[in-house]
Amino acid sequence: MFQISCPWCGEREQSEFKAAGEGHIRRPDDPAALTDAEWADYVFMRKNPRGVHFERWVHIHGCRRWFHLARDTASDTTLKAYGAAEAPPQFGDNNPPAAEVTAAHPGDISAYDGGSDEDALLREGGLR
Amino acid sequence: MKRYSIFSLARNALTGHKDWHKVWRSPDPKPYYDAVIIGGGGHGLATAYYMAREHGLTNIAVIEKGWLGGGNTGRNTTIVRSNYLFDASAHLYEHALKLWEGLSAELNYNVMFSQRGVMNLAHDQHEARDLIRRTRANQLNGIDAEWLDRDAALAFCPVLNGDPGIRYPVYGSTLQRRAGTARHDAVAWGYARGADAMGVDIIQNCELTGFDFDQGRITGIRTTRGSIRTPKVGVVASGHSSLIADMAGIRLPLESHPLQALVSEPVKPIIDTVVMSNAVHAYVSQSDKGELVIGAGIDHHLSYTQRGGFDVVETTVAAVVELFPIFSRLRMMRQWGGIVDISPDASAIISRTPVDGLYFNCGWGTGGFKATPGSGHVFADLVANGRPNALCAPYTLERFSSGALVAEHGAAAVAH
Ligand SMILES: Cc1cc2nc3c(=O)[nH]c(=O)nc-3n(C[C@H](O)[C@H](O)[C@H](O)COP(=O)(O)OP(=O)(O)OC[C@H]3O[C@@H](n4cnc5c(N)ncnc54)[C@H](O)[C@@H]3O)c2cc1C
Ligand SMILES: [Zn+2]
Repeated sequence: MFQISCPWCGEREQSEFKAAGEGHIRRPDDPAALTDAEWADYVFMRKNPRGVHFERWVHIHGCRRWFHLARDTASDTTLKAYGAAEAPPQFGDNNPPAAEVTAAHPGDISAYDGGSDEDALLREGGLR
Repeated sequence: MKRYSIFSLARNALTGHKDWHKVWRSPDPKPYYDAVIIGGGGHGLATAYYMAREHGLTNIAVIEKGWLGGGNTGRNTTIVRSNYLFDASAHLYEHALKLWEGLSAELNYNVMFSQRGVMNLAHDQHEARDLIRRTRANQLNGIDAEWLDRDAALAFCPVLNGDPGIRYPVYGSTLQRRAGTARHDAVAWGYARGADAMGVDIIQNCELTGFDFDQGRITGIRTTRGSIRTPKVGVVASGHSSLIADMAGIRLPLESHPLQALVSEPVKPIIDTVVMSNAVHAYVSQSDKGELVIGAGIDHHLSYTQRGGFDVVETTVAAVVELFPIFSRLRMMRQWGGIVDISPDASAIISRTPVDGLYFNCGWGTGGFKATPGSGHVFADLVANGRPNALCAPYTLERFSSGALVAEHGAAAVAH
């Protein structure tokens, strides 16, 4: 169990929150134009990294608002809570600017994934 | 392989147990195998065993990053049953259950398969309707299933709380008498011993770190103990499957979560069946050592930590104590977690992939132990022959784009 800093309420027990899976998945603009495989990718396929994960949470037993959380799934360290409409934060040196990532591929934040930058990431701190 | 028997037991007792042979070899990896299985859990070892025994493939290896059965195989609560609602699941799990019934004899290794019955409790009329429907579906599929009303359920398991005033009173229960439990480590060890005897190399402390491809085909793997050339790779890595799929550039519909279990101090025999409840998400059985084995639900966030949060334990224990007030004074001795690979429809993925020669067997999530023999059996066929047989055909990766899901989530009662 860990603590999460709700952007509105501050530090609270994890059990007050509900995890709602991978964040930054945007509904395709024109679903009818997608192939079945592309649609399946949107609906079902998920990033499942051992390392930094950008995910959605809701403070279900608190303010009931949605927000994003950057979290290390290898250690359950929470790295940064940020708003529901905000782009993912940057960790380490190798990452393209978040704005660019969001614009190019709404769902693709693979540059942030994986354990390669874990140390840099922990050094960066953020909310834990 | 030296066979175990009453005579070998007596002989070794007389010689002070100094002459027991090694149960499997510890070979170094060879430069080439006809196929390599990634993951030395029950499913991976069963796969290798059936590849050798049924398909004559003996120049194969199983590589395991830790020790045999150190993943979910050695961490689960060992419930074995086949009373699933949908035909595809019923056939696959019943195939496994039939193999369980002959497994100790087949492997000449006691996997302690104990058909003590599994109860799935209903706590209200709506749940009862669903469960009765499931028993009927099971019977149509030739699977033993019974419905016990409240009195019959309480008579079958007298330690259950019969008080109608509790929040989730016992309303009735399904019972599969052929279901039960097995000894988890023994399953891994028995398959390992059987596979090793047929020439399969079982290589522990050897982690897969990457693949070699040539024009969309697998040509080899990289491991912490060097590179190995091979045309076929079967990945059976449960909670770590997505990490391996990443190495091959394949996306899987899996999310990895901790699933926890705990055991009490040992007590005299008190519960001679397995009780599961979907509504309160708790399940209990008693081990041969006398410990109560208690399973919880998953932690809802993604995590590879293999421990899980205390809030989940708290909820589970509260539910168990309400259902079994008699257990309320027991102390819990150990708690642990395993990382389970949850798929969107709560069914496994036993499938070819877009990469030629690369196969995945994953997505068993919280309930794959019971499938171990059946899963290994059909996956061996898939890897050996490159095409799915009728039992595993519904479990392709393509079902997520065709829409032909095997949606057991709500249908299977607790998914263990
Ligand atoms: C607490 C708990 C309770 C459960 N209860 C039940 C139950 O009652 N009934 C039931 O049917 N199921 C249950 N399950 C689910 C069941 O344990 C699993 O579905 C099943 O054991 C999976 O078997 P496996 O052989 O595929 O996986 P595992 O036993 O996890 O084997 C996978 C192996 O792959 C290895 N590996 C991973 N990555 C690599 C790599 N890169 N290189 C080499 N090796 C690698 C791992 O070390 C591991 O040993 C439970 C699970 C848990 C955690
Ligand atoms: Zn809040």
